[in-house]
Amino acid sequence: MEKKVVMQIIKRIGKCVRKILFYSPFDKEQIAGLDENVKETNKNLFQNVNWCNEGGHEEMKISSPMEIWKYLPGTNCGKCGEKTCLAFASLLIEREKNLKECPPLFEPKYAEKGKKLAELLAPEVREVEIGIGDKARKIGGEDVMYRHERTFFNRTALVYDVWDTMKEEELRARVREITDWQKFYVGEFLKVDAIAVRSVSGEAKTFADCVKLAAEETDFPLVLCSFNAKVIEEGLKEVSDRKPLIYAADKDTWKEFLGFAKKYKVPVALFSPDLDMLNSLAVTFSSAGVEGIVLDPGTYPAGKGLKETFSRFVRIRRAGIIEGNKGLAYPLMSVPMSAWMDNDGDKAENALESSYWEAIIADLFIIKYADIMILHSIEPHSLIPERTLAANIYTDPRRPVSVEPGLREVGNPTEKSPLFVTTNFALTYYTVESDISSNKIDSYLMVVDSEGIGVESAVAGGQLNAENFKDALESFRVEDKVKHKTLVIPGLAARLSGETEDVTGWTVLVGPRDSGRIPGWMEKNWPPEGVA
Amino acid sequence: MEKEITLADIAKILDKYDIVELEDVKIKGDIELELAEGGVALPPSIAQALQSIISAGAGVGTGVQKAQIPTTPAEELNLELIRTEFKVAKTEWKGQIEEVTIGATSADGGTREGTVTIGGEKALPFYNFDYQMPHPPVISVDCFDMPIKLAKAVRGHYEDVMEDVGEWAKKNVREFGADMVTIHLISTDPTIKDTSAREAAKTVEEVLQAVKVPIVIGGSGNPDKDPEVLEAAAEAAEGERCLIASANLNMDYERIAKAALEHGHVILSWTQLDINAQKTLNRYLFKMGVPREDIVIDPTTATLGYGLDYAFTNIERMRISALKGATDLAFPISCGVTNAWGAREAWMKNSPIAEDSYWGPAVNRGPLYEIITGLTLGVAGGDMFMMMHPKAAAAVKRITQMLFGAAGAEDEGKKVKMEDWVTWSGKAV
Ligand code: SF4
Repeated sequence: MEKKVVMQIIKRIGKCVRKILFYSPFDKEQIAGLDENVKETNKNLFQNVNWCNEGGHEEMKISSPMEIWKYLPGTNCGKCGEKTCLAFASLLIEREKNLKECPPLFEPKYAEKGKKLAELLAPEVREVEIGIGDKARKIGGEDVMYRHERTFFNRTALVYDVWDTMKEEELRARVREITDWQKFYVGEFLKVDAIAVRSVSGEAKTFADCVKLAAEETDFPLVLCSFNAKVIEEGLKEVSDRKPLIYAADKDTWKEFLGFAKKYKVPVALFSPDLDMLNSLAVTFSSAGVEGIVLDPGTYPAGKGLKETFSRFVRIRRAGIIEGNKGLAYPLMSVPMSAWMDNDGDKAENALESSYWEAIIADLFIIKYADIMILHSIEPHSLIPERTLAANIYTDPRRPVSVEPGLREVGNPTEKSPLFVTTNFALTYYTVESDISSNKIDSYLMVVDSEGIGVESAVAGGQLNAENFKDALESFRVEDKVKHKTLVIPGLAARLSGETEDVTGWTVLVGPRDSGRIPGWMEKNWPPEGVA
Repeated sequence: MEKEITLADIAKILDKYDIVELEDVKIKGDIELELAEGGVALPPSIAQALQSIISAGAGVGTGVQKAQIPTTPAEELNLELIRTEFKVAKTEWKGQIEEVTIGATSADGGTREGTVTIGGEKALPFYNFDYQMPHPPVISVDCFDMPIKLAKAVRGHYEDVMEDVGEWAKKNVREFGADMVTIHLISTDPTIKDTSAREAAKTVEEVLQAVKVPIVIGGSGNPDKDPEVLEAAAEAAEGERCLIASANLNMDYERIAKAALEHGHVILSWTQLDINAQKTLNRYLFKMGVPREDIVIDPTTATLGYGLDYAFTNIERMRISALKGATDLAFPISCGVTNAWGAREAWMKNSPIAEDSYWGPAVNRGPLYEIITGLTLGVAGGDMFMMMHPKAAAAVKRITQMLFGAAGAEDEGKKVKMEDWVTWSGKAV
């Protein structure tokens, strides 16, 4: 151990200690003969260890592609798939490309620049990966305190629990339910992220069996939960190749957990509501070369304890991002599931209440800095809002609010197909489009320019009016495609129907208030007289 | 072969060969450290590392081997905990949010039994570690001047009072613990019932008679009719210091603001998710002579899944720029959380998308949509929530009181040990 520490000191110490008198047991020749493998194995080992607590933010965080470009080879060789180094630079900033995709950067003559660039591009909060393969989840990696400053990058991972006192069939069914859950939202299916296996029995063997079953049933990342090191190790043996997160080292068990993290190369969660202790644990683990660290400052489910929990999350993230305290700049874990203990959730009559309170705690910590959280209710009324909120908060706020206005074809419409109208607010558009297409209704969808505002607000604010309908019909030459001259406007725009008929000369039908009801509406209202 | 080299020499050699770590190197002899000028403290981690080297004592270098996975790492590491103190500074802002009081008691020429004060923040919501939030957020429960279509989960709570606005308002206070009541004069909309401004004024009087909490007076949202309606309502509620909702840019806001000024009310300045429009409208109001303590803003509530991200960020940005000193945005924020019921997930029986997993009963989804929408905007900067489902209103109240740190709150929850969730044996759900 001490040798490694010494080399770390050598690499880092320059900033703290000017000179050290050193009796060397080796000379330059010996170093020159180092095995290539050693270099490989040891690459990157220390790049993130913070020895000198340098006060962070010394170096300005990179904000423009030009700043990055300075460190790239500048040859525009195209090996990264981009035409120019500058184009590659702007993708690096957005984390759409990785440094590794520029091979020349790893040639010796650029190595110095490459290293510097890696440092500059490293996010303020360390990124930790849990699980393997397609379903592996990166957590952390955040750079800002507020999403409007740039964006949050890695959506809070939502982890739902199973426990080792479940019967086999019950366990398998629950794991499948979590793994298979999905909900359509803005062009994609939302899914949840991982499964936590809790050791309720306290028996290592029971836990290991449960972990094994869960792992058989899903390729989701796993979180192994017990404060008993022996229990964790037995479970870990079953799935060490799946890179599970082990939960949790605390002030009493940290040595064993540190050993597991090194031996099995898995990420580890550290638990302590005492932030001095949490900071100490994190520094100790990172000093020992553990990179995959997740911090759990404890989630108290109610009252003053919850208020303090909120304070801990904010202050830890502030220390990491604003004050550059690398010792705590790790992903944070919250456990909204603690709500179940507070509400006697084990009694069936309290289940709904407990799940609500759990969702409330989840809400707080999805917004304020939890990168991963453990939840218990897998009822749809919990999953839908929790997962939707995570999607909302972690959406890139720089993403355009609106889509291009125009006439879209859904399925294979003919001149007799219905013509629906909606706004160019992206959310509205995607919702309506998916409602129509998933119900296989061949139709035209006329997207009107409402300045990116949804139907109800745009009607209230005047951005959607009879004139826009007329402009749209004309500029998209709708008459060429739709012969029946009938327009189906959103139910929420009903008050515009009369005026629209007058202004456009088209027949206006008022559709349902929610496009989810278009199929039912079609049965009753389509085709209208004269169209069939 | 004892020789003296500097750290920089070694570092150079290592860099040259791309070595970042050497394994199995032993070090012998004395180590002297000279600290840099300026008295840089030796980080505890380094101090400890050095200590462990020194205590390891003599040894002879054995060259370098490939790194191996240690078999009994814990013991071999033989580490001590590196004690580190957690420190983080408070954030101090120069701006402060205006403090606004709604409602007037007899001492101030009104008939309310109590008033509600919001705003006054000098930090982000619930950041009591920076600056104690002066007032907890409040809840105003909606009622309407005519029976309206409501989601099933909400309807059940109001069916018995929908025909009688006074009873409706009373129920909001008595049964649902409303801090305030909002009366929406929607029947005045020409496309609904086109009720006259005079009738609307009567409705307002009725509500003021029925309840003793401060009230919010809302129009129908029709930009042509609202100025007339709200003017009459403001006159009828003379001296009660109601919140008049609202002045918008797309209507004759001057008429509404003037009425509010004349009859001693607070005005709600409403814009659509647009920070610049909000500044503009507020400046227009200042120009008309509306005092700062008479303004509450409503930057628009979009619902969970339907633009909540825009509403959240819009409010958060306004609040932060107000705290940074933008006085034209430094006002308490009102959120129309009832909008949450517009989300189909809040009321629709089944998903219209065939591939979706089962949605479960709508009655369970709806209140949670309202809760999440409200709380999320509360964390962004909302001071006041207009709500509808009693359970949602109660939940938002409870959580915001907790985060606020309400004095003497018995609602401490049970004494649980945080880490016990791991072994919690409940099986419900
Ligand atoms: S691979 Fe590297 S050097 Fe080549 S164009 Fe891309 S960024 Fe430039």
